[in-house]
Amino acid sequence: MALYSEKVMDHFTHPRNVGIIENADGVGEVGNAKCGDIMKIYLKIDNDIITDVKFETFGCGSAIASSSMATEMIKGKNIKDAMALTNKAVAEALDGLPAHKLHCSVLAEEAIKNALKDYYDRHGIAYDESLFPESDHDHEEA
Amino acid sequence: MQIYADNAATTKMSKIALDTMVSALNDLYGNPSSLHSVGQQAKEALEEARATVASCLGCEPREIYFTSGGSEADNQAIRSAAHQGAKKGKKHIISTAFEHHAVLHTLKRLEKEGFEVTLLDVHENGMVSAQQVKEAIRPDTCLVTIMYANNEIGSVMPIAEIGAVCREAKVPFHTDAVQAVGHLAIDVKAQNIDMLSLSGHKFHGPKGIGALYVRRGILLENLIDGGAQERGKRAGTENLPAICSMAAALKDACDHLEENAAKVSALRDRLIAGLSTIPHCALNGDPVHRLPGNVSFCFEGIEGESLLLLLDAKGICASSGSACTSGSLDPSHVLLAIGRVHDVAHGSLRLSLCETNTREEVDYMIREIPQVVSYLRGMSPVWRDLQTGKRQYIL
Repeated sequence: MALYSEKVMDHFTHPRNVGIIENADGVGEVGNAKCGDIMKIYLKIDNDIITDVKFETFGCGSAIASSSMATEMIKGKNIKDAMALTNKAVAEALDGLPAHKLHCSVLAEEAIKNALKDYYDRHGIAYDESLFPESDHDHEEA
Repeated sequence: MQIYADNAATTKMSKIALDTMVSALNDLYGNPSSLHSVGQQAKEALEEARATVASCLGCEPREIYFTSGGSEADNQAIRSAAHQGAKKGKKHIISTAFEHHAVLHTLKRLEKEGFEVTLLDVHENGMVSAQQVKEAIRPDTCLVTIMYANNEIGSVMPIAEIGAVCREAKVPFHTDAVQAVGHLAIDVKAQNIDMLSLSGHKFHGPKGIGALYVRRGILLENLIDGGAQERGKRAGTENLPAICSMAAALKDACDHLEENAAKVSALRDRLIAGLSTIPHCALNGDPVHRLPGNVSFCFEGIEGESLLLLLDAKGICASSGSACTSGSLDPSHVLLAIGRVHDVAHGSLRLSLCETNTREEVDYMIREIPQVVSYLRGMSPVWRDLQTGKRQYIL
């Protein structure tokens, strides 16, 4: 059996939305180089709609595939829908990830939430702090 | 194009090893312990294989014990020496920080049993000196176990000098020579080696077979109790087809050792020179005291698993010491032992060549690898931060 699903390999070898957005409305970065993965998400938001999204990722194949899939899943969506994106949904959309790689999908969810929080902060929009729990970037978490 | 550049992980069986194995499976089905002629025929083949392995190491046939592989040989040598030492009240063992896990995990277990272990520093180039060993030896030292050559970064230790120091201090010296046997000239007598582990599949022999050399005069304890095979030191009916095949592979490797080493090290040096042009990379391991086939680099700003997957898609089979490839949180203990910080150790690549690799393959790798590195750097936020000065280059 191959290490990854065909979907993961497709998004890894042909990642969607790679790059940066100059003058982004929100930027989120999670992970650290010591642990071997960093994900950075850039959002362009217009009237509550995510009109563009880009990512940069330092990490393994599943980290790159998770970033690619997660950005596809929120592009064109409104903020509420993007906030509702779970790591589980990202992993499922990739036809599953190996158990020890599930943290990659967690990072993708957290990076998007971080970018949205940054958008709220930059634009002085009030929000419920409890929606953005502090991550300790726990690899064991599924 | 498919290029197999992971020969330190395992090798493809040679034709002579395969032919020997098949004919042994076919013809030598007897049990060497049986008294009848079919059994005795198997016994003869077993002793012939033992003599072949012994002649490749410069020892006597009775000093060779066949095992299931390098890990078993390491376990038996170390546990045996430790227990012999403990009987005399000696419970101190000297080793290095970058041994194979077959050694390190055995030592960990002995620590729990009350032994004290000193792991010598291997420095930035992945080398220990005989002087370090000399200074670490104490009156209660019962074993020095130091690998002949490192599996990840390819550095080759000054084994003869270490052997001389141990012999002078009358401390048993074991070396895990899994990566060296069949690739480097070894003479256990001249090098004062008391115990040596080897594994068949690292020199084009079969998997699941290895051997432990134990000098006459060194007491060896069993790991596996049972029948009287291997002079009572390793029970279980001998895996004769694998033993004969390994012996044939080893003889073949030793007969062509010099020409193979010359060819492979020329390929290695060409590959190292080609990859060194990639910006912000570093060669791991000693540039001179190095296994003929080992090429090991760290590339800043990228992660090793994604590098391996993309190289595989281009037909290049390689390996990495990144955490993601091991399924653990930490990158390779070898890279950490030579002082590579986590950020950089995650971006490691090991290519290990053998005599069937070609110059065309090396040139293909020199063309493709920089492209893949630069592609991954292009999507790496770490690389962007390095380039914009938000983060300082380490390499």
